[in-house]
Amino acid sequence: MLAFTLRRAIQAIGVMLAVGIISFSMFRFAGDPVNQIVSLDTSAAEREAVRKSLGLDDPVVMQFARYFGNAAQFKFGVSYQFRQPVSSLLAERMPATLELAICATIFAMVFGILMGVYSALKRDTALAKIFQAVSLIGISLPTFLIGILLIYLFSVTLGWLPSFGRGEVVRVGWWTTGLLTLSGLKALILPSITLGLFQLTLIMRLVRAEMLEVLRTDYIRFARARGLTTRAIHFGHALKNTLVPVITVAGLQFGSVIAFAIITETVFQWPGMGLLFVQAVQNVDIPIMAAYLLMVSLIFVTINLVVDILYTVVDPRLRSTLRRPA
Amino acid sequence: MTNPVLSVRNLEVEFHTRRSVLHAINGISFDIAKGEVLGVVGESGAGKSVTGLAVIGLIDPPGRISGGEIYLSGMRIDHLPPEEIRRIRGKRIGMIFQDPLTSLNPLYKIGDQIVETIRTHLNLSETAARKRAIDLLAEVGIPAPEKRIDAYPHEFSGGMRQRVVIALAICAEPDLIIADEPTTALDVSVQAQIISLIKRLGRDHGTAVMLVTHDMGVIAETSDRVAVMYSGRIAEIGPVQDVVQNPLHPYAKGLMGAIPTLAGEDKRLVQIPGSMPRLSAIPNGCSFNPRCGFVFDRCRVERPEPIAHGTQAVACHLYDGAAKTAIKETAA
Repeated sequence: MLAFTLRRAIQAIGVMLAVGIISFSMFRFAGDPVNQIVSLDTSAAEREAVRKSLGLDDPVVMQFARYFGNAAQFKFGVSYQFRQPVSSLLAERMPATLELAICATIFAMVFGILMGVYSALKRDTALAKIFQAVSLIGISLPTFLIGILLIYLFSVTLGWLPSFGRGEVVRVGWWTTGLLTLSGLKALILPSITLGLFQLTLIMRLVRAEMLEVLRTDYIRFARARGLTTRAIHFGHALKNTLVPVITVAGLQFGSVIAFAIITETVFQWPGMGLLFVQAVQNVDIPIMAAYLLMVSLIFVTINLVVDILYTVVDPRLRSTLRRPA
Repeated sequence: MTNPVLSVRNLEVEFHTRRSVLHAINGISFDIAKGEVLGVVGESGAGKSVTGLAVIGLIDPPGRISGGEIYLSGMRIDHLPPEEIRRIRGKRIGMIFQDPLTSLNPLYKIGDQIVETIRTHLNLSETAARKRAIDLLAEVGIPAPEKRIDAYPHEFSGGMRQRVVIALAICAEPDLIIADEPTTALDVSVQAQIISLIKRLGRDHGTAVMLVTHDMGVIAETSDRVAVMYSGRIAEIGPVQDVVQNPLHPYAKGLMGAIPTLAGEDKRLVQIPGSMPRLSAIPNGCSFNPRCGFVFDRCRVERPEPIAHGTQAVACHLYDGAAKTAIKETAA
């Protein structure tokens, strides 16, 4: 188990190195970094001095090592547009994105699993068929359109929920949370639904398909032959077996929830990392873009690692193969 | 004779498909007495497994029991509401399926699965149920049961898993065990162990056993009586020695002829020409008539009903009074 975790952790570091190379090379693709710092009338000698002071005359490998070393300590340099350290900008914005992503994922998991189980067990009811039809819409409608439709309905027409922003925010240490105020919670609802709807339909369809598959297996038939109650069979035996692949997908999707948050955050003017990134792209603020790329991949890689470990918790068969590698 | 443990009367099972209604079971009747082992043989698709599933009430739509009655110790069970038949399943009728590798839920310890079943049917505390589970595992021949109870299914071999399945089937002391091809998925040396285990359990607890298999060897070794099934009907039923040594029905004759013997090794085995009709195309009259060597006009129009013949009962017009003598001559 420990060896497995270590092995996966080393792989994760490898992936991060690769992403680091990409984000490092972004500085070069956008032209000479020195030109972006100095003004037009700076003399060549001064440019050279800047280049030297920034270490840009060192070999590329050295530069990369320094960059990656700094990034590992969450030092991403200074933003061109804000003239502030990127890490503090990100730290300021991260709680908003994470809260949104977590709420969206919880929303998607809870309703996705409930609706999936229902539509598998009561396959022929009208409600199950409505779920199936609605899920098609959820999968095919683009996120920004759903967001705009929700804003139109609940903010503009009904006036129930705010159409933008995070509402009132409470500071807990360095973390800012909107979960503790009423306006913050209200502001979370529409973005969470917008962001989670695609995941919800995905999870629902997955749970339904997996559940139907599991219900056909021999051990479910045998469980019925043993006279277990329908509830024990459906929720004890079938659901647990269904959840193995659902955990993987939901876990891996959490990364894309954060990535997709860019769109939702733009639609709702949500002050998160995604919005910061979009603004950075507009202003060619490369330190922010590079840092965002690294952060998102770090989240992805971490989630992958956690999912792999969770797997072994749920499925005992994996545990023993890990103990004695065959 | 007192009430038989299981009594099946004119059972019919049909499957509704988009095109037509398929009759999987076509009016079969048999009894199993306390402590008796009834072997049910036949080719694939003869309706052996469906009969077992019908008894335990696990025929799923589009299939349904469309006629006849099933009695368990005198109580009719074929029209019970789902919740009541569920209480009978596992408690009064235990079932063993063909493939032990897939019969157990891979995510739960075997002990938990046994305890769960015991506590569903018997009013026992967690500790008492666990103790009972250990006793059961010991009874079915799992070594070191108090340790193995906390193992997962994948940590057992196929034969050991089938023992666990058997422990699960008998955990509430059922009156009847339905074993659907319990040894087919196992290798030969393990087969013998499982067969003798089922036989011993039946004897020790007075449990009636319905043993579904296509293996005549298993039947001859285990069963008291045997029912030969052919396309949803019982062709012949009787004590196992009589049916094996003196089969009456032409199909049963063919089956017994197809078993290789140690003595006459140079002889070619008898083959029954053709194959069993598909459910969608069962011929009129006797369903065996297109393959039968003794076929005559009546077989093509009239379906034969079981006729008592000594200790056996046989569904064949050959044994019906007047016709009988005529056939004897043809056969000779």
